[in-house]
Amino acid sequence: MTPTLSAMVLFIALPIISVFIQSLHIQHQQVIVVSESCGPFGCTKTTSVDTEATEKLRSEQPLGQFNGFNTYTNRSHLAFAEIVEAWNSMPDTRTFLDRVFNLPFYKALAFTLTYTLVVTPLVILLGLAIAVGVNALPKIIRGPSIFVSLLPFLVTPLVGSLILFWMVDGDGIIGATLQLIFDDPSLSLKASTPLMWIMLMVYGVWHTLPFSFITFYAGLQTVPQNTLEAAMIDGASKWQAMTYVVVPHLMPLVYFVTLMLLMDNFRVFEPIVSFSAQAHAQSLSWIIFNDLREAGNPLFGSAGATSMMTIIGVVILLTPVLIRTWREFNRRVK
Amino acid sequence: MSLKKLILAGAMTCLMGSVSYAAGCGPEAQSIRVLGSDFPAIQAISGTAKENCGAAAQEFTVTLKDNTRDIMNAALTPNPAEYTSVIVANSTLTQLMNDGLVRPLNDLVEKYGKDLKPNQLIKVDGNIMAVAFMANSQHLFVRKDVLEKVGISQTPKSVEDMIVAAKAIREAGIMEHPLVMNMKVGWNVGEVFNLFYLAHGGEFFKEGTAEPNINNEKALAALEDIKALVEYAHPDHLSQASNETQATWEAGKAALGIMWGSRGGAVLDNEGSTEEVTSNTVLAGAPTVADGSIPAATLWWDGITIAKNVPDAEAEATFAALVSAMTADMVAKHNDDAIWLLDGFKPGPAAAGVTETVVGGAKAYPMVPYINLMHNALGAELVDFLKGSESAEQTLADVEAAYVTSAKEAGFLE
Amino acid sequence: MQHKGKGGKSILRVLAMSLVALWLVIAAFPFLWTIWGSFKVEADFFSKADWANAIYGIYTIRETGGPFTGNGYFGAWIQEEFWRNSLNTLIVVSFTVVISLTFGTLGGYALARSGFRYAFWILMAALVFRAMPHITLVSGYMLPFFEWNIWGILPTTIIVLVAINQPFTLWMLHSFFLNIPKDLDESAMVDGCTRFEAFRHVIVPVMWPGVITTGLFSFLLAYNDFAITTMLLSEENETIIPAIAGFLGTTQVEGNVMFAVAAVVSATAPLFVLVLFFQRQIVSGLTAGAVKG
Repeated sequence: MTPTLSAMVLFIALPIISVFIQSLHIQHQQVIVVSESCGPFGCTKTTSVDTEATEKLRSEQPLGQFNGFNTYTNRSHLAFAEIVEAWNSMPDTRTFLDRVFNLPFYKALAFTLTYTLVVTPLVILLGLAIAVGVNALPKIIRGPSIFVSLLPFLVTPLVGSLILFWMVDGDGIIGATLQLIFDDPSLSLKASTPLMWIMLMVYGVWHTLPFSFITFYAGLQTVPQNTLEAAMIDGASKWQAMTYVVVPHLMPLVYFVTLMLLMDNFRVFEPIVSFSAQAHAQSLSWIIFNDLREAGNPLFGSAGATSMMTIIGVVILLTPVLIRTWREFNRRVK
Repeated sequence: MSLKKLILAGAMTCLMGSVSYAAGCGPEAQSIRVLGSDFPAIQAISGTAKENCGAAAQEFTVTLKDNTRDIMNAALTPNPAEYTSVIVANSTLTQLMNDGLVRPLNDLVEKYGKDLKPNQLIKVDGNIMAVAFMANSQHLFVRKDVLEKVGISQTPKSVEDMIVAAKAIREAGIMEHPLVMNMKVGWNVGEVFNLFYLAHGGEFFKEGTAEPNINNEKALAALEDIKALVEYAHPDHLSQASNETQATWEAGKAALGIMWGSRGGAVLDNEGSTEEVTSNTVLAGAPTVADGSIPAATLWWDGITIAKNVPDAEAEATFAALVSAMTADMVAKHNDDAIWLLDGFKPGPAAAGVTETVVGGAKAYPMVPYINLMHNALGAELVDFLKGSESAEQTLADVEAAYVTSAKEAGFLE
Repeated sequence: MQHKGKGGKSILRVLAMSLVALWLVIAAFPFLWTIWGSFKVEADFFSKADWANAIYGIYTIRETGGPFTGNGYFGAWIQEEFWRNSLNTLIVVSFTVVISLTFGTLGGYALARSGFRYAFWILMAALVFRAMPHITLVSGYMLPFFEWNIWGILPTTIIVLVAINQPFTLWMLHSFFLNIPKDLDESAMVDGCTRFEAFRHVIVPVMWPGVITTGLFSFLLAYNDFAITTMLLSEENETIIPAIAGFLGTTQVEGNVMFAVAAVVSATAPLFVLVLFFQRQIVSGLTAGAVKG
């Protein structure tokens, strides 16, 4: 216990605190000098950072300039000023909303929430249904079915989504089949925002279904058989036995799976990059990626602010489940 | 000196027979640790350096990773740094220089660089900060057989020519989407904007400052050019980068393309395509815009740097070893791996497009400390305009706003 | 009445079975497609001309003379020495799973049986940690790891993966232990066992379905991780996923996508064996038996 806790504190708690502190600061004023740069293609006038002068500023205040919560409210995040401006200048609610969802944070939040709220229940319901279905299969084909059901999880997302990306291309097998079904040769999943969203969600369900399936399946093995038999003797139908015995028994697992899925889905990131979906769908994690990796010299403050808001978002989403778990916990502890 | 002269000079040296000289490896028994991206030209340079000087060194490690750019600043910050040298390009050199992690090479060049050409030396404010060894740029790819079918015998020279050709191909019913460009959202689409904006003579920043300067007529013209071209590109173009555009080209489904010069060799080889496509593919200079003369391309170089936070002897040994690889012998062995800026390079058909683009006077990718932030803002915000959901003016205003937000955070603007 | 009930049941049954069948097809198809495609050349498997090329192998025949080719496998395993990466993955994954499960089982059991409220808050804190996007965490690690000179080596990565995985393991096993009736170990303790003996003799035999399921997910997390391994491992210590990403090429330079596909297929093969082996443990329903008996 202690080693795990200390590893968690060292590698997760401390970084979270330092990320929070970072998000309250911005970098020092960089001392810029006008200079000339020359290379294989001739010389141009340019500017460069006077690193010595900047270094001096940096050593005086190693964390950077204190910026309070200004990073949280700037245009890349909550964009208070822009929203107020849009509210005052826009003639109607529609154009106002257009303006708001043109801001990167809200654009990403819209997709992230939709994705989370669509994928999570689907994965739970389908996972439960398939677990029950597989459990009812004859023993001999049950093993292979479990194995096949786990496949979407086994294929590395990196390459799994690359292959799917190619399959849904207009020239790929799924894309071409869809064009045939809808009789529209110009149908392109990658060029339309709604279709791209649907595709990402379908991928999300496909990829995470094994998780809920196998958890529920393992849970089904622990259903008290005598209660179940008693219920059947009392004349309960299969369906009633399911809703009154099996599902209540699985409830702790349902909460567990919901927690995990909400958290993971809220951080949706990999499919967006692998499907090159940035044009149509951006998520909070993608914004962080963009600030840290794509920006050259990483914007730690921005990434920190978005990360903190992701955590807050997760906590808000989880609250109902957590309250339920808290009650459950107390009941069990007593 | 232009690349053309350089290539001619290279060819001359070849005719005279390459001169091999004993490589000087600098101080012995040092630790040499090189970090670079993983591609053939860098493999050739670092591999040859290791062959030459590995025995004299106490340790010689070469780490080639694709995400070099993501780890290099953290790797060079401690003292001593994890690596003694990082192999960089235009944009990544500024990333290291912003944090002051590389050292000026003036004295090392004086000591070991007598065979280097003046144009290999990357100077910033009078100091040599890197030594380049290869060049790259985007340029035009053309299927001459398809153009001939619609009665065009000349390779398009300008965006207008390209649009005329694309229109003719579409109207003749040969291809619905005859054009490919790397328009994938993010870095690629930002880069496409750079090509056309520079070709229109645009400047990204107000002179001598970090103030953005892209909400102007030239930027609008650049966006118009891009919009006019993607009209003929596949509807999926916002998800297509080099891998997809090259595959489309090799499948014979495109007749005009703006792609990377470093992909030219792969397009022309006998893998992944048909004889019909490869034998009719012509690599030409990047197109010009609006009756101007500047090709719509950015010129790139790759070169070596030496870390600041390492002992001087290690720095010297590393520099000497890497420079010892920049010879005609190495080029002769790896001629087709890159467009070398070195003696002995014999430009093949795959190099024609880049050469023409350089000779045409294309601009180098700007080496400005905050260009990465601008590029990032472009990559994220242009998509609304390209999807048609926003006006060009609004998009450019968004780009500036996004850039200003991040430049403030990075300390470039107040 | 009875007849009607039976009819309804069979319709339900048919529905359930067709759902399962449909799911199995959807789950397996991309994988079969990948295995098949891994024996083709890139121009076929990622065909822009016609997807049917991937089935018939037009370019494969043209370039290699036969409809199937092992070039991807040869390139990945021999040319690029993919076995080194596989070895690294084996080390990272087995240590991560064993360490996570050891701590997770003990911790999860302790939390499930402790009558204290703080157990709940520890779990909550663990969950909030988990909500942190990995990419932010990793960026924070980079500089200290370089400064302490522990960047690039396998143990560092293993510890980080264990730490990131722990909230999940703790919660999942805690959930499973809550499901094991308290009377089981409490009756053992009444019989004179200590808490640890009760754990060893009563809980250990019935906990395997939970441990194996959790282990499976810890395994997959460590095995599939890209964000952490790509940033924290040096080239010679790279695991398979960053190595596969390396095969894909960059904007400027062509990669070799078929190496990546072949690598994925061959690296997934051991997983087959593993899953086939452990799934019997899941299926056997040990807990159910224990509860019944």
